[in-house]
Amino acid sequence: MLRREGDIRIPSGCAIAAIMNRKGERFNGQQILASIAAMHQRSNGLGGGFAAYGIYPEYRDYFALHIFYDDDGARQICERYLQHHFRIKHQEPVPVRQSRRIAGAPLIWRYFARPREDKFYREHIGEEEFVARVVMTINADLRGAFVASSGKNMAAFKGVGYPEDIGEYYRIEEYQAYIWTAHGRFPTNTPGWWGGAHPFTLLDWSVVHNGEISSYSTNRRFLEMYGYKISLQTDTEVIAYAFDFLMRRQGLCLNDVVDVVASPFWSQLEEEKQARLRRKYSGLLLNGPFSIIVATNNGLVALNDRIKLRPLVAALQDEFLYVASEEAAIRVVAQRLDRVWSPGGGEPIVGLLHDKKGLLDVAPSAIQAAQSA
Amino acid sequence: MSLSMLTPAFTVERNQDRCIGCGVCVKQCGNSVHHKDEDGFMWVIDKNCVGCHRCAVLCPTQALAIKEFPAALRPNSYWSTSSLREIYAQAETGGVLLTGMGNPRPFRSYFDHLLLNASQVTNPSIDPLREPMELGTYLGSQVSSLGEREKPLLKLDMPIMFSAMSYGAVSLNVQKSLARAAREKGTFWNTGEGGLHSDLQEYAASTIVQVASGRFGVNPDYLNQAAAVEIKIGQGAKPGIGGHLPGEKVSADVARTRMIPAWSDAISPAPHHDVYSIEDLAQLIETLKVATNFEKPISVKVAAVHNISAIASGMVRAGADIVAIDGFRGATGAAPMRIRDNIGIPIEIAIAQVDQRMRDEGIRDQASLVAAGGIRNSADVVKILALGADAVYIGTAALIALGCHLCHTCFTGRCNWGIATTEAQLSKRLNPELGAVRAANLLQAWEHEIKEMMGGMGINAVDSLRGNRLMLKGIGLEQHELDLLGITAAGY
Repeated sequence: MLRREGDIRIPSGCAIAAIMNRKGERFNGQQILASIAAMHQRSNGLGGGFAAYGIYPEYRDYFALHIFYDDDGARQICERYLQHHFRIKHQEPVPVRQSRRIAGAPLIWRYFARPREDKFYREHIGEEEFVARVVMTINADLRGAFVASSGKNMAAFKGVGYPEDIGEYYRIEEYQAYIWTAHGRFPTNTPGWWGGAHPFTLLDWSVVHNGEISSYSTNRRFLEMYGYKISLQTDTEVIAYAFDFLMRRQGLCLNDVVDVVASPFWSQLEEEKQARLRRKYSGLLLNGPFSIIVATNNGLVALNDRIKLRPLVAALQDEFLYVASEEAAIRVVAQRLDRVWSPGGGEPIVGLLHDKKGLLDVAPSAIQAAQSA
Repeated sequence: MSLSMLTPAFTVERNQDRCIGCGVCVKQCGNSVHHKDEDGFMWVIDKNCVGCHRCAVLCPTQALAIKEFPAALRPNSYWSTSSLREIYAQAETGGVLLTGMGNPRPFRSYFDHLLLNASQVTNPSIDPLREPMELGTYLGSQVSSLGEREKPLLKLDMPIMFSAMSYGAVSLNVQKSLARAAREKGTFWNTGEGGLHSDLQEYAASTIVQVASGRFGVNPDYLNQAAAVEIKIGQGAKPGIGGHLPGEKVSADVARTRMIPAWSDAISPAPHHDVYSIEDLAQLIETLKVATNFEKPISVKVAAVHNISAIASGMVRAGADIVAIDGFRGATGAAPMRIRDNIGIPIEIAIAQVDQRMRDEGIRDQASLVAAGGIRNSADVVKILALGADAVYIGTAALIALGCHLCHTCFTGRCNWGIATTEAQLSKRLNPELGAVRAANLLQAWEHEIKEMMGGMGINAVDSLRGNRLMLKGIGLEQHELDLLGITAAGY
């Protein structure tokens, strides 16, 4: 029997893309759909997905939990678990458009919820840490349930199929977002499990990833030491957790995170601080070929491995930032571009919302503290 | 005295057609195997031969061959020839059997049951001749937060250091060779417990000094000029017992370095008499940190014994910055044979268990892990790093590079290769200039090989090899062994 993702590690190749409006103005999913569809040949129909930020303004203060269920029994068990930990404001099945090209879809529900205060106060942790632990527990321990996304005012729409078909299935043209990211997957071997598709998420973080992390086991074992439950055995999962760990829990700014995960070579380090970061977090150096787009509510960062073993192109036009595996995927949605460039290895492309400029320079938890003050 | 029942271990065969009677073999053999009569007749005493091959290597006409003595006892798979020989020897002397170097018994080598990974298609392998390939390693605690002062660290250009071998157990020329090689290759050598000879102080920045139970040669200068201080609790060849450098090896020079009277026995007690518990170790670590103004990482070296993961965890909690673990193949200048051959556990298992235990307890960042004892080649280095070590110590391999032929008779002090001896006539056979080149060559060769293996895995920094157990697969191992090593079987 084929073992599914989580039981075995499956390397995959991919296409990635992102479009962001830096003013925070929202636009629907048609452009990102066209962009990722232009790279059809980079995926093989065994995985596609999208992350969208700004889509649930009416529930902006609630964690939006998108959950896959194998069957209704799993849903009932998981909902009991959710009710135990959350106050749920609203819940419903995620609307989908049936399609001949999509098969084997799980039950997909979404919940807008806030953690029960007594639960996380008792554990002396913040609500984000509480939600992160609940999500990891569901994914690791509740059979037949998988949390596809868990951030605020965002969601991941993903599944088994070509990305353009997945987008059509989820009706993403009906959502308005200021950041869209997309992924088309080319796994080498998979029985097709919806949880294994990208983007991979935790809280507001979403990651789409092309490549294979040779340092996977080192990174995984480092993160496990800090309580992360690695349930999928995908490289992408450890990238999401690495960003979460370094920014939310260690309080690093984005530039420092880049210096950890794609550290310059010892001989090219410019300042002592970079060397210190590399020594302290050497277990989180991402090695091997990758291009990734990591997004959060404030913006996104696109990054190559430090010797650029995977393609990554960026472009600017007015307020729009485009990122993709291939330039063609940008040209197909934006003919006139102010600037197109291919970043070097380990050189991040950072897209920040104008009105929140600099916010990615501090950790998200610090942002929240500032906002609530 | 009754007749010795021991047959020789080796026989020396001389090809008379080749022998020119030059007498090199007579001069070279410190064990009085070779003799030459006044009339030029050459003859040998086989029973004196230890199998060190000095004569055979130096014979200008390759006239000598050393062979196992054809004792041809009745075959017995239980009572081996060596078990008989050991009983004969003990019946003659009433003594403990002494031996040197590491455990030679045919226990399973886990290194030989581990296979490494390489990239194909989905991940490009990296050519170390075309791309940077980083072996730089820092040893020490990484727990201080970015706002605090960083704890003292050892910076290694490659994750290989020379094991502790004391002056007295080995010749000064061995230490000179290793010290020079270590400085040249950006790594460290270790004094062992015999103090730091005045000739070696120029290499202090490449030196790890030991504080062992005998406290030989320990003084404030000794501690403060070194790069790091290592508390030696035990060693893989003789866990649980101390050391004994016989008085005849304690020359005036050795005595001065050890700060003891010449020609007196140098006894290292089995335990440190101020460390009877883990809290005592914490105090000794703190004492050494204070004595070195908190500027040196403190390493603690122990033998790999049955409950090593709990011990190592305790050492980290006691403040050790580096935990050095010596596996049961680790060598020695002298140890009781029964101890060497029957005590301890393999370094592969010990490192796998300790690394996992430290992660489970969330303290892996508090200390680096150094593996020692039986590292034979660069593939062993790569495998033990992937199991979880930060760096390795090599001792036997380094001595072999200097000429050791593993005759296991270091304890006699008559090492014909000038290695395990303090006799001036024998010591000078090892030229430290040439020795340094050979030791540095070995490091350089392994460095190249490690880079090739890492490149094949698609890894360009040793940071990403450390603890990367997915790069290892087991072959011919039982499930419980795979579980202990934290890996899966080949093909799985």
